[in-house]
Amino acid sequence: MSFAWAKPYQPKSELGRWFDDRLPLPRLVYGAVGGGYPVPRNLNYAWNFGVLSGIFLTIQIVTGIVLAMHYYASADGAFNSVEHIMRDVNAGWMLRYAHANGASFFFIVVYIHIFRGLFYGSYKAPRELIWMLGLVIYLLMMATAFMGYVLPWGQMSYWGAQVITGFFSAIPLVGEPIRVWLLGGFVPDQAALTRFFSLHYLMPFVIAGVVILHIWSLHIPGSGNPTGVDVRNEQDTLPFHPFYTAKDGWFVGLFLMLYCAVLFFAPNALGHPDNYIPANPLATPAHIVPEWYFLPFYAILKAFTLDFILPAKLWGVLAMFGSILLLFFLPWLDRSPVRSGHYRPVFKRFYLLLIVDVLILGWAGGATPTAAVVAISQLASAYYFAHFLIILPLISKFERPMPLPSSISASVLHGEKQESAPYGLTKTAPVAAE
Amino acid sequence: MVRIAAFFVGLGFAGILLIALIFGLVEYVKEPPTPTAEHEFHKHPKELSLASNGPFGKFDRQQLQRGFQVYKEVCAACHGMNLVSFRDLAALGYEEPEIKKIASDWAIEVPSVNPDTGEAMTRKAIASDRFPDPYPNETAARAANNNALPPDLSLIVKAREGGAAYLYSLLTGYSNQPAELVKEFPASKTGPGLYYNPYFANLNIAMPPPLTSDGQVTFADGTPGTLDQAAKDVSAFLVWTAEPKLENRHRTGLAVLVFLLIATILGYLSYRNIWAEAKRKVAPKGPLDPEHMAHREHAKDEAGGIAG
Repeated sequence: MSFAWAKPYQPKSELGRWFDDRLPLPRLVYGAVGGGYPVPRNLNYAWNFGVLSGIFLTIQIVTGIVLAMHYYASADGAFNSVEHIMRDVNAGWMLRYAHANGASFFFIVVYIHIFRGLFYGSYKAPRELIWMLGLVIYLLMMATAFMGYVLPWGQMSYWGAQVITGFFSAIPLVGEPIRVWLLGGFVPDQAALTRFFSLHYLMPFVIAGVVILHIWSLHIPGSGNPTGVDVRNEQDTLPFHPFYTAKDGWFVGLFLMLYCAVLFFAPNALGHPDNYIPANPLATPAHIVPEWYFLPFYAILKAFTLDFILPAKLWGVLAMFGSILLLFFLPWLDRSPVRSGHYRPVFKRFYLLLIVDVLILGWAGGATPTAAVVAISQLASAYYFAHFLIILPLISKFERPMPLPSSISASVLHGEKQESAPYGLTKTAPVAAE
Repeated sequence: MVRIAAFFVGLGFAGILLIALIFGLVEYVKEPPTPTAEHEFHKHPKELSLASNGPFGKFDRQQLQRGFQVYKEVCAACHGMNLVSFRDLAALGYEEPEIKKIASDWAIEVPSVNPDTGEAMTRKAIASDRFPDPYPNETAARAANNNALPPDLSLIVKAREGGAAYLYSLLTGYSNQPAELVKEFPASKTGPGLYYNPYFANLNIAMPPPLTSDGQVTFADGTPGTLDQAAKDVSAFLVWTAEPKLENRHRTGLAVLVFLLIATILGYLSYRNIWAEAKRKVAPKGPLDPEHMAHREHAKDEAGGIAG
């Protein structure tokens, strides 16, 4: 697809040719994830998380469809139907825990995938659209996860729905009517639950559609690589199959072990105990928190405590949405022509600072909001915005990047051990071949 | 243009946050937050080691039966379990006739309809019934309990931070309110109808101490019915009611992990096998090494030169 030397599909059997002549579906698959897709030969394990995201989307869709056969979206019965799945449905407990923890692991994988893109400049030309489609997937995931969390109709489901739909009421004038329209009532109730279930079932297929666009746009320039240097010739690449299918294959196994360890031995570790209490509109939980994957944004929302021209709540909501939307502008904010963070000494330091900052935001989002926690989340939120909107553009203007390798194969040539480390930056001498 | 706009947006958000930070600090200095009784006297749950803990944990059926006895004789007077049926007790090792007897002897009857007159009535429980609620509705429950609502116990272990250890601590944690607490926080004195318990989030719980003394429960299996033992056993029982499929989950998990481990090892070996050739090709002095290729070209040229 992407390079001149990409091998065209050659049917191996008579039936294969017959089929390919009429519907070139095998050709499409071969070119997308088979031997017909040349991939840079120097990818490190950070590149495994794209395939893993696809795996977890599949797990979510499959377990979700079966769960939907046993769940009923009724304000009176939803909670008990989930417990019916846990107690009476054959292997229902496994399906539900696989789905609930699958959501968490989907986010873990996608966060690693996003941060890989941030470090290796995967958002830069010619891959801007891949990045933006990825962000669209991420936003859809957040919406899907939120609505899915409401479905068990526990206390956190209910009050989470209250808080999150409450964001819309921060909009001046039209906010409250919009909130009521979205919920189908003044508070979350049957109308909200039914539509959340309907949308929660729809969204994964929308995500799958955008994933196809994401991969399609990826196959035009081809995958990036740890050096950020463009592919020059055939020596720089290996066919996706069998090389990367093998590399992804065993790593998927390893990651699924981690997932299954949580699923079977600590299935409620990532959830909140309050969601095992049936929703009660009259009793507010002491401490409403979203699922862990939203905590950094929750911290940003709560960091705005001052009515400065606009009400604090509106600032918080604007900042929270802004914190994701600004990522769409990243290709134009970071103008450094060097993609890989390995060759950008100043960028690299601030990148590490950003990771620490996001982790602090995550912690602050879940902590009891004492004066110290609020102060820390204000500092961390300020850094988050400054990082992307001020520091990154300035770095790309003033930073002096290190020399790039002349090609991918040249960067690989300093030995098997250091293969994924960038050329010229290894501390040890190249290993001599026998 | 994008960068200029971004600069001002970034400055705006960061600026407002920093102003809010300063205001917050000023507020903090002017009015430092006062310590609360909960903050100083709340205790974290005690350690509780149960047979069902850990990745290979299994239920101790003897203990679950004792725990059920505690539930039946103590808790069931106020707490229902609407997600658990009598017949589920088979998992604890009770035989069918025993379960039938437990159901029909149950102190609280099940709401029903008189088949002749259609009037509301109650009947004896049968094995397929859920453990009945002791109160007909929430209002009745609150009226009987000083306006507190005894929660359903089916999921209580999963619905509380700390799980079974928290329950055990709560059941054994009742004490007199410390004198220093009342001295330091006179407003936090335990009110009428409330009981001091440092494991409860706000220190004062509406539930009267359910287990008050050793020997309150006489266990059928001869285990001494101490308060501590009864609290431990009922906590273990409530782990089962909250997660009846726990043993199945542990067993399946082990099998899945062993399967995945083997698959991953095989996958890793085939990965090494597939990549061996590709890696050799690009090793220094391998066929793709530019230096090596230059040498080869040179040698070819020389050979050609001699021939020509």
